[in-house]
Amino acid sequence: MKIAITAKGKELGSDIDPRFGRCGYFVIVDTDTMEFEAVINEGAMASGGAGPQAAQTVSKTGAKVLITGNVGPNAHHALEAAGIEIIAGSSGQVVDMVERYKKGELSSTTAPTVGSHAGMR
Amino acid sequence: MKITVASGKGGTGKTTIAVNLALSIENSMLIDCDVEGPNSHIFFKEPMVKLKDVSIPAPKFDLDTCTLCGKCAEFCQYNAISIIGEKLLFFEELCHGCGGCKIICPVNAITEVDHNVGLIEKGGTEDLPVYHGLLNISEPFGVPIINELKQFADGSKVTIFDSPPGTACPAVEAMRDVDFCILVTEPTPFGLHDLTLTIDVIRQIGTPFGVVVNRDGIGDDRVDRYCENEGIPLLAKIPNDMEVAKLYSQGIPMVTGLPKYRELFEEMFQKIREMV
Repeated sequence: MKIAITAKGKELGSDIDPRFGRCGYFVIVDTDTMEFEAVINEGAMASGGAGPQAAQTVSKTGAKVLITGNVGPNAHHALEAAGIEIIAGSSGQVVDMVERYKKGELSSTTAPTVGSHAGMR
Repeated sequence: MKITVASGKGGTGKTTIAVNLALSIENSMLIDCDVEGPNSHIFFKEPMVKLKDVSIPAPKFDLDTCTLCGKCAEFCQYNAISIIGEKLLFFEELCHGCGGCKIICPVNAITEVDHNVGLIEKGGTEDLPVYHGLLNISEPFGVPIINELKQFADGSKVTIFDSPPGTACPAVEAMRDVDFCILVTEPTPFGLHDLTLTIDVIRQIGTPFGVVVNRDGIGDDRVDRYCENEGIPLLAKIPNDMEVAKLYSQGIPMVTGLPKYRELFEEMFQKIREMV
C-alpha cells in the first residue's frame, strides 16, 4: 500500500516536515516493497488554500495514508473527502515513521490538530 | 481631487493626518478604507448610519451537471475549489469572488449567488461627510468593500481616503486611481524601513506621492536624508507634542483643539495642489 509522508527532503532519511499544506515534499512509500518517490509540494508558497491543494496532490499519488505533523481544518476536510487516513503528531525521519506504521504503532487522527494558517507562522 | 493617506507601518498616524487634513481644507470629505478597523469616525460626533451591504458573487455548484473535470479547481488562483476523491469541495472563505470558475466551466454547472462580506456606513456632516466600510468578522478579503467605498467620492469635493496599513491588496486598492498619495512615517528605523516598502509599491502604481513625518523629534534624521537622496518631497513634519497626544486621547483632532496646527495642514494641502 502507498503512504505519503510530509518531508523536508526527497529521501527516506529526510526529516519529517511537521507542516502539511506548506511542507517541502511528499515522500510516497510503497510499504510492501519500500520503493519510494518524492513529489514536490507545488502549493507550499500559495497565498491561501495550501491545505486543500496539498490534499489534491496527495490524492493524485494514490496514497491511502498521510503521515505528518499537523493538519488544519481545510486540509482535514479535503483529506477526509478523499478517504485518506491521517496520522498526525509525527516527527523524526521518514523511514522511522514508515517502520512504525508497518508495526501498527501509529493511530489515526479524526480531527484537525491546528487552526487555520498554522503552517504560515 | 482625490488624496490617499497611506503608510507601510501601522500606527504612524494615517488617521490623524487624514482627519486633520479633511478638517483643515474647504469642501472636503473623508472615506476610511481601513475596513478591518476603521476609526476616523471616532473624531466626529455624528453617529455612523448604515448605507448599504456589500456582497461578492460566490459560485453555486449544480452537482448533477458537474462532471468533476476539475477545470474550475485548476483555474482558481486561491485554491477555493478542490476536486478530490470524486467530490467537489468549495472553501467559501478562500473565494475572492472573481467569477472565473463560472466562465471556465464547460458544462455550465456553476451559477452565482451573492455572498455578503460587509457593509458601508455614512456619518459626519453635510459639509464634511464621513464614509467607512466594515468587513464581516472571519471574512479575509476587504478589497471589494474598498472598491465600493471609492465610488462614493464626490467629484466636486476634495476626497481624503484613509488607507489600510501595509503594502498588500487592500492598501494597493486604496492607493490606486487617486491624484496623490501622502505617505505617513515616523522618524525611526522601523518607520523608514516600512516607508521604503510602500515607496517600492507606489512607484509601481504610479500615483504621485510625498512624505509626512509624524511625531518629529522622537528618532533621527534618516527619513529626511532618505527623502532628499531620492528626491521625494517632504510635505510636513508634525512635532511630537504632548498636547496633541492629550487631545487625541479625548477624541479631539489637533486642528480643533490647537488651531495653530491648522496652518500646517493648509500648507501641506497647498504643496499637494501645486504637484497635482
